[in-house]
Amino acid sequence: MRLVRLRDAGRPRIAVTLDGAALEAQEGDTLLTALLAGGAGHLRMSEFGDGPRAGFCLMGACQDCWVAVEGMGRVRACTTLAQDGMAVRRG
Amino acid sequence: MKVAVVGAGPAGIRAVEVLVAAGLRPVWIDEAAEGGGRIYQRPPAPLKRDAKALYGFEAGRATSLHAAFDALRPQVDWRPETLVWHIRPGAKQLHTQSGPRRDQVEYDAAILCTGAMDRVVPLPGWTLPGVTTLGGAQIALKAQGCGIGRRVVFAGTGPLLWLVAYQYAKAGAEVAAVLDTTPFATKLAASPGMLRDAATFAKGIYYIGWLRAHGVRIAEGVTPIGIEGEAGVSGIAWRDPGGREQRVDCDAVGMGWGLKPEAQLADLAGIPFRHDPLQWNWVPERDVAGRTAIAGHYLAGDGAGIGGAAVAELAGARAALAVLEDAGRMVDAAQLSRLDAALARQQGFRAALDRAFPFPRALAAGVADETILCRCEGLRAGELRAALAADHAPGPASELNRAKAFSRAGMGRCQGRVCGTAAAEIMAAALGSTPEAIGRLRGQPPVKPIPLVAEPVA
Repeated sequence: MRLVRLRDAGRPRIAVTLDGAALEAQEGDTLLTALLAGGAGHLRMSEFGDGPRAGFCLMGACQDCWVAVEGMGRVRACTTLAQDGMAVRRG
Repeated sequence: MKVAVVGAGPAGIRAVEVLVAAGLRPVWIDEAAEGGGRIYQRPPAPLKRDAKALYGFEAGRATSLHAAFDALRPQVDWRPETLVWHIRPGAKQLHTQSGPRRDQVEYDAAILCTGAMDRVVPLPGWTLPGVTTLGGAQIALKAQGCGIGRRVVFAGTGPLLWLVAYQYAKAGAEVAAVLDTTPFATKLAASPGMLRDAATFAKGIYYIGWLRAHGVRIAEGVTPIGIEGEAGVSGIAWRDPGGREQRVDCDAVGMGWGLKPEAQLADLAGIPFRHDPLQWNWVPERDVAGRTAIAGHYLAGDGAGIGGAAVAELAGARAALAVLEDAGRMVDAAQLSRLDAALARQQGFRAALDRAFPFPRALAAGVADETILCRCEGLRAGELRAALAADHAPGPASELNRAKAFSRAGMGRCQGRVCGTAAAEIMAAALGSTPEAIGRLRGQPPVKPIPLVAEPVA
């Protein structure tokens, strides 16, 4: 899944890492936006072997976008703002 | 008097406005950082907040609500980014979590304005990255300035289907198709009733007309076949009303069939529910003022039954007045009758809207055995059907919570919010029963996952 920046795409850049790889994001991005606009493709693998997941409801209800952030533990990517320097692991 | 308001969407904002005007300082809690609710969600500060671009025809309403919220915030005990994960109606206590902080809020009266989420039908391929709810697709655009893909298909039914498609096309995304499961004739038959709110009806007609005029492919009365792709979405296939198979390439799909109340707290508060035959949802029971069978507990907005944002504003104010009335305070009789009359007027429109965009029961009941039903548990529809057929002591499941125990459908981290509606339809069809008899998945605290932190012994 690739989120496409349609509006307001010129905000100050921030950097996050996903499983150690650097991704460029923008101030005001949620983690879900930062990762999926930055080329991550997916956020986690279903623990039951049915493939990759990248969130579904984007409003904090479905719990399908869990990722792990260093120092924060497990969070919903859709309701967590990305901060410069965040180290994220797929959920 | 201690009043707690849960939710800062249109209902919560108008409720708090009434309470503050009466000299109260309520505790006001929302999971979001700011007020507006999902419908008028504001982007984080680094994004531009041009109301006209974000909310279109609704800009005036959104701006008014945001202004009301900003004015109220310093006058209340505002608790942003806070989840109410449990309510104890006897002790009159809310349990909250905000980041690592856990807290309790005592109240004499609580107004629950907990909103709604998309009602969905599982389709083959719906767990692929690139598939979101219609509401999710809209939030990506409104709150993040992003489209869910470059070439997007919107599928489902309801006013949101057409609105989101219009918003995406206006924002510069390519809308590859709009697929409405409702036939045109069904919508046409309901249109006289929708004229009760001619302005809202006209907006809907405008969106559809705009999309047609801009050459967007539109198909009505469709039966979705499935979303295609491996690691992401590559297309979607459907059957047209003539039974012919159609498909189109796309890299994302937004899907939804109307909304359902997020009523878990009402459930935990012990408020009885009924199955609304027109909305085709389980809704917590309340009177027109938002009073419930559990004293001190009031409901307003879509969490109390889907009515839309305009109704939510009216219902929020009305519920707050009910709180004041029940506490023996003087309330403005003219304001009361104005609100009651406006709410009554909206009822006819809403009923017509529900008739215009009915939930596709047959599609939900017929989810193929191999299609994933419960995303959380990776459980296929056939596994629920098999669990229904199995001989468990003291007998096969005839009710949804029992079927959940046998199959794990709805036992995952979303607590059946996403799959519950379809699971009930599948059960009803398999057992020759009705969703009303099958029941609904009970809410459990915490209503959403919270971190479990154990302090070391000192």
